[in-house]
Amino acid sequence: MSDEKKKKLKLKVSAIKEGTVIDHIPAQNLFKVISILGLNKIPNQITFGTNLESEKLGSKAIIKVSDKFFEDDEINKIALIAPHAKLNIIRDYGVVEKKVVEIPKVITGIVKCFNPKCITNHEKITTCFDVISTSPIALKCKYCEKHTVGEQINMQ
Amino acid sequence: MKRDLISITDYSKDEYLRIMKLAAEFEANPNQDLLQGKVVASLFFEPSTRTRLSFETAISRLGGRIIGIADPGSSSTSKGETLHDTIKMVSNYADLIVMRHPLEGAARYAAEVSPVPVINAGDGANQHPTQTLLDMYSIKKTQGTLDNLNIFMVGDLKYGRTVHSLLMAMSEFENPIFNFIAPPELQMPQEYKMFLREKGIRFFEHREFTDIISEADIIYMTRVQKERFSDPMEYEQVKNVYILRNAMLKNTKPNMRILHPLPRVNEIHTDVDQNEKAYYFTQARNGVFTREAIISHSMNLK
Ligand SMILES: [Zn+2]
Repeated sequence: MSDEKKKKLKLKVSAIKEGTVIDHIPAQNLFKVISILGLNKIPNQITFGTNLESEKLGSKAIIKVSDKFFEDDEINKIALIAPHAKLNIIRDYGVVEKKVVEIPKVITGIVKCFNPKCITNHEKITTCFDVISTSPIALKCKYCEKHTVGEQINMQ
Repeated sequence: MKRDLISITDYSKDEYLRIMKLAAEFEANPNQDLLQGKVVASLFFEPSTRTRLSFETAISRLGGRIIGIADPGSSSTSKGETLHDTIKMVSNYADLIVMRHPLEGAARYAAEVSPVPVINAGDGANQHPTQTLLDMYSIKKTQGTLDNLNIFMVGDLKYGRTVHSLLMAMSEFENPIFNFIAPPELQMPQEYKMFLREKGIRFFEHREFTDIISEADIIYMTRVQKERFSDPMEYEQVKNVYILRNAMLKNTKPNMRILHPLPRVNEIHTDVDQNEKAYYFTQARNGVFTREAIISHSMNLK
């Protein structure tokens, strides 16, 4: 792809005045990220692009949220499914800060426990896991104490 | 603060020792009216007559009243009530909840929901901490100490929750050695071996159940259960390899004792029962004293 075409592709996702740009999201996890951050439930202007070319991810997605600045706790929730995500904090059309996501020590209410006999899969309970390893990612359920690892991780 | 007992690792080493001390006191003097005027809920969402009777005996010897569910078929859960709502209701009535449930993590969840202490009497394949404490009390009683012991674990070491919890608890004491005897399909899981390695605790794995047991201070036997095997032929091959017989005890240490969480199937031959090293029936009796100790500790009665 030519540089000019690449530029055009970038332009498809329009610039924002104030807010946050979340870049380097694996394309297949875009909608999970939207759901985890609750972007489908807020009135802010949001634009996103997906299936964009990325050297690192093969195919990436990008989200731009106007007038929204995430707390670290909030944004780190996406680290499980978008570990390479990068945040650009935008003020007056310019990037004023860049951030990366970090996998938190405890993950509350995002991931489903892999164990079918776990109480959290039978009753309406917010799951909770200790992160016991980050690569490969391994989670220990606070309730059944079983480990949910790598590919077994699914969203609640 | 209420003191729940959900997993064996909820207790510190000091608490283990406190339970051992209290259990000895209750053994010397089992009937103490510490629970007078108190109500204990005994909720068995899954039948386990053995464990339920042991708890209810402990509660009775402490002078407490029991309300509860013994037959899950008649309980509110069969009418579709959530565990959350059952625990909310029961904790209005009772001062303590003893609970067994087929789902893993159910006890931890109940403890979160309940304002009164919860003692886990087994949550699926996950935890059964009062069994571990009675195992420890049995070890302490027969060996005089919980330090410097060589513990052999035999049978199903993969799914056997009692051996996992005992391993975790005994690792808190000085200089333990573990020997694991199991078929390849039922070996001690990696995570426990990792745990021992990280703590610098020695352990050895064996396929054969032979005269290596002459080193043992404790032999902890478990059932090899047929339903654990995907191939029934494999079960047939291993089921008779891990049977303890009286003749095998000839060269064992005089202080050695044989433990088993019971019920046994065929893994301890009945000819062992007469041997003074057979301790499994006394072990079950120790359960009542240990549970009196745990209840007292949970409710700050002692
Ligand atoms: Zn779980």
